[in-house]
Amino acid sequence: MTTEVTAIDKQKLQATALKVREHIIRMATDGGCFVGASLSAADLILYLYSEWLNVNKDNLTDPDRDYLFLSKGHDVPGLYGTFVELGLMDRERLKNHLSIDDHIYWHPNTKIPGIEFHSGSLGHLPSVAIGVALDIKIRGGKNRVVCILGDGELNEGTCWEAMLVANAYKLDNLIFVVDRNQFQANMPTEELIPLEPLHDKFTAFGASVKRIDGHDFEALHETFSSYPFQPGKVNVVIADTVRGKGLPSIERRADRWFCNFTAPEIESLLKELHGEHQTQLTSETLVVR
Amino acid sequence: MTYEELLTREALADERFVVMTAENRALVRNIYSHLGSRFIDTGITEQTMIGAAAGLALRGRIPVVHALASFLTMRAFEFVRTDAGIPNLPLKLSSFIPGFLSDGNGPTHQAIEDIALMRGIPNMTVFAPADEDDLLKMLPDIWNYPAPSYVRINTRKTDYEHAPFEIGKAEIVAEGGDVTILTYGLLFEQTLEAVKILKDEGLSIGLVNIRSLKPVDEEAILKAAESSMVVTVEDHFLTGGLYTIVAETLLKHRTTVQVVPFALNEKWFKPSLLPQVLQHEGFTGKQIAERILGYTTKAVQPKIAAQEFSE
Repeated sequence: MTTEVTAIDKQKLQATALKVREHIIRMATDGGCFVGASLSAADLILYLYSEWLNVNKDNLTDPDRDYLFLSKGHDVPGLYGTFVELGLMDRERLKNHLSIDDHIYWHPNTKIPGIEFHSGSLGHLPSVAIGVALDIKIRGGKNRVVCILGDGELNEGTCWEAMLVANAYKLDNLIFVVDRNQFQANMPTEELIPLEPLHDKFTAFGASVKRIDGHDFEALHETFSSYPFQPGKVNVVIADTVRGKGLPSIERRADRWFCNFTAPEIESLLKELHGEHQTQLTSETLVVR
Repeated sequence: MTYEELLTREALADERFVVMTAENRALVRNIYSHLGSRFIDTGITEQTMIGAAAGLALRGRIPVVHALASFLTMRAFEFVRTDAGIPNLPLKLSSFIPGFLSDGNGPTHQAIEDIALMRGIPNMTVFAPADEDDLLKMLPDIWNYPAPSYVRINTRKTDYEHAPFEIGKAEIVAEGGDVTILTYGLLFEQTLEAVKILKDEGLSIGLVNIRSLKPVDEEAILKAAESSMVVTVEDHFLTGGLYTIVAETLLKHRTTVQVVPFALNEKWFKPSLLPQVLQHEGFTGKQIAERILGYTTKAVQPKIAAQEFSE
């Protein structure tokens, strides 16, 4: 089964992506959020929900819906922003970020309709996604399961354990998407625990692998339209992305993973997002571990 | 009926059941021919098995998962806690060779902190049957209960016929005013022997098969506390098991009584075949009775059956 390649409205997607990024930036104050990873995964998440996944506000409990699991978890502001822009979540609710009266915090949880499983502990959702994909296979279903992984997350052995099992059960209805933004918490991945050659590693584990620019909507569309990549093989998309994408003042900066900006910085960063001047950051950087 | 026959019967009657193993097939050697794709062996991957079981449970399945007790509860602990405990999904953990049942394997395989670990997880329920008869009476209720569960699988055969099972209820085997023994799991058989000896020595002895460790039968514990002394007997570390449960229960109800624990205190047990392990660690019926009495008797300890298999 190959999805028919239809045209996408690239400009509309880019405009929506800009709004999602605005939401992310606005969440990076009064306690802050993992802004760098959220910005790198934003285009992936938006593309999948708006163009590819059979998920909408009316089918969130339908067993025939597609599934998306956000395994890296700390990129959830991108998911909240996407949900708001696609009508899956009330816009006003974003103001409750980190409020004790709501459930919108640094990692995903199922109190928010549309979030399939909680995450935050890395290396868990590959196996949960396998369970869902297995059940769909057992029942002869056509729905598809996407699991978004961080590149740093690939340090966890259970990611690779899951690749072995997914390969054993020939889960071609399962797609692992790696947000390859080149950084883990404090360090470039290649300086701490090198991952490359990543394409070869996944191929050696039996997957059918495609590597693309994770900010290019046309490339994303072409890639996902070729699902399943090869019958009987787990699909892997390595999406090359930029940590902090959209904000030159924090892009590719190891010390801007989790950010808690001041209110003036937020205003300046929103302008920066729209192509104006770069922001002079005065808020403290965070050493995470 | 065996464990596998019971599981096959339940799974054939109810499509929701899937049977999983992390390549520990001792209890489920033949079930594949009955269940086909509802039998899933993930290989030696306890963590991935638990995560996948959670995914299957999200889709409405009831996964009955199998692995050696020590790896199921410790290697996969965070997956059990995070992927079954937090979302309260009905994963049914069947733990193979827990406690002394790992006999000759050595300390890597000794799950003697499993009760402490599993009962510390919110939503998790914890059970330890005395023998195969007890196990088969307990499992249908446990498997159909809408919560994750941990069961110390014990397929040893005894002559004892157990009372019907109810979650959260203990089995009161005997009541007595001098000493009440509280126990669970394979040591039940030895405490039955101990009771015989203690009765012959003129004591009034109570015996309770706790069975359901979480939820626990607080009423049965408080009733036991009415005798002059309570003895807890368990193949578990002193920390976090039945002795702790009894202490917590008595404190909660502002009750006090002398409680003597027979458990493994800050040590792993010496690996050998089960009969020798029990003898070496002081857990045969005769030894339990004489530790309570404080003197030796002429009682003869019946032969203890060896394990049929342990890997």
